[in-house]
Amino acid sequence: MISSKNRVLRVKKGGLAGGAALSKERAVARFIIKRLLAALPNLAGVLLFTFVLARALPGDPASYLAGPAADPAAIEEIRRNLGLDRSVPEQLLLYVRDIARGDWGTSWATGQPITTEIITRLPASLELTIFGLLLATLFALPMGIISAIRPGAAIDHFCRVLATLGVSLPTFFTGLLLLYVFYYLLGWAPMPMGRLPAFALSPEPLTGFYLLDSLFAADGETFCAALSQLVLPGLTLAIFATAPLARMTRAAMLAVLSSDFIRTARAFNLPDRQIVFGYAFRNAMGPVLTTLGMVFSFTLGANVLVEKVFSWPGIGSFALEALLISDYAAVQGFVLTMGMLYVLVNLAIDVILVISDPRIRMDA
Amino acid sequence: MNNFFRHIVQVIRYNPLSCLALGGVCLLIFLALFGQALAPYDAFASSNSIMQPPSTGHWFGTDNVGRDIFSRVLISARLDLGIAVSAVLLSLVVGAVLGAIAGFYGGRTDRMISRFMETVMAFPLFVLAMAVVAALGNSVSNIVYATAVINLPFYVRVTRTEVNIRRHAQFVEAAMISGNSNMRIIIVHLIPNVLPTVMVQASLNMGWAILNAAGLSFIGLGVRPPDAEWGIMVAEGAQYIVSGEWWAAICPGIALMFAVLCFNLLGDALRDILDPRKRT
Repeated sequence: MISSKNRVLRVKKGGLAGGAALSKERAVARFIIKRLLAALPNLAGVLLFTFVLARALPGDPASYLAGPAADPAAIEEIRRNLGLDRSVPEQLLLYVRDIARGDWGTSWATGQPITTEIITRLPASLELTIFGLLLATLFALPMGIISAIRPGAAIDHFCRVLATLGVSLPTFFTGLLLLYVFYYLLGWAPMPMGRLPAFALSPEPLTGFYLLDSLFAADGETFCAALSQLVLPGLTLAIFATAPLARMTRAAMLAVLSSDFIRTARAFNLPDRQIVFGYAFRNAMGPVLTTLGMVFSFTLGANVLVEKVFSWPGIGSFALEALLISDYAAVQGFVLTMGMLYVLVNLAIDVILVISDPRIRMDA
Repeated sequence: MNNFFRHIVQVIRYNPLSCLALGGVCLLIFLALFGQALAPYDAFASSNSIMQPPSTGHWFGTDNVGRDIFSRVLISARLDLGIAVSAVLLSLVVGAVLGAIAGFYGGRTDRMISRFMETVMAFPLFVLAMAVVAALGNSVSNIVYATAVINLPFYVRVTRTEVNIRRHAQFVEAAMISGNSNMRIIIVHLIPNVLPTVMVQASLNMGWAILNAAGLSFIGLGVRPPDAEWGIMVAEGAQYIVSGEWWAAICPGIALMFAVLCFNLLGDALRDILDPRKRT
């Protein structure tokens, strides 16, 4: 954030080569630091919520851990070890300390630390989410731009209907429908049994994203197998995410296309392509990126449903199993991961926005 | 008033689907009220005809224990709409009051309420709903609370802005001078004024609330078998999709989609009629 004083300074320095560029970079850095600090209360809110969640969950963890045969003294002992006999603020501090240390508790279903469980499954979920969002962006941007160029035309109505349909389709239903058509009827898609066909070896884990890992290993066969497993669940997410993105692209493009500088560009008889893509689209990117952050949040939620439909071994499936057998440490770890992920993505989007749009850099 | 009706006609002419949507919503409400009586079979009685495809006897086929899917889809309307309507009503009332208080008093109260809403928004909303149901316990009423909680920030935001605009309007100041208490001004004078905007939000929210509740029961939260509800019916039929028995999952899924679509289209039309600025 730059005060108006700085801006005056920069104008004065304008003659000095490099001076302006330096302060620009510094302004971006300062903005990023400020935005990081502003994300802290959100993170604190997420932590506080999961803390309350852990306290509100039914059952007494101490008597649970002690087992049915334990006497009251043993339960009291465990309670003390867990820190449950302390005051609530103290417990909160202990909780934050444990989370920060990476001690998120142990899943009693598998006996593994929650962090290990989540880290091994997170790439599967992220690969699916990112693939779905990429597909959605590929559908949504052309749809939005074309409807904005020809508002009221047949193609605009078509996109509108498609977008309304898209938000009305329950994700799990779309997934099952796609499965029925492409797996059962047409036989194009593989059995929905996870990230790779049975007996296929997973690629050497570098990023945890099978597509990238198999590319790095130059293993075309695994790449194709992983891609064919990914297409249907990715498409399911994309159908769900396209509608809001397309709507926002259309609205943002319409707003920009009616602005003065576009009228000027038209008056100068610049080619349409340059007006639409060179000037209008670049200026419409801001709201579209912001919506992308929101859509990312929806997609993370929808992921849980899609993972269930396609037996996808991500953190959504993990959380569902945990929910049904009341493995609360695991549920809490899942909620915490999702909350942190979302805060981080929004942070990243704000930073991209500032870097890509000089006006925000000046005024923020 | 004449102008208002002309505007409605214009909106409908631009988007004739809204009439169909209104019809669909009326049909759904009718089913919610009388679906039980209309169902051709007992929705909970199992029979020997297991996994029968749709036929003249069973329009939507039968499920894995031989229950008639059509009857089950019909009686689900009550539970699905019931959950969605109560969740939307709950978040509308609580959200409008909280938002009005934040917009009216401003300052510290406003910051506290806004901060709390930001925390709610810091989670992917469906995940938050899952967490709330996990914490409160697995029951239908907790699905309602969970759906209400995740909708709350939208109502708070809308009411807060709209009340803030009218905070220093003449009618508010007149009410103050006549000695009305702040709470009375908020409830009797301000909230009715912002109600149209809030109602638009509510109608846009209905479809989403239905989707959300169905999603929660699809993953096994809230509604328990043998109760009939669209989401859980899709879940029960899901395993038969890969062997080609589509009707058990697809028929309730289409009913769910139809309901959401009708509410979304109607919400869009209502927004165009009551609040044309919001249109995108």
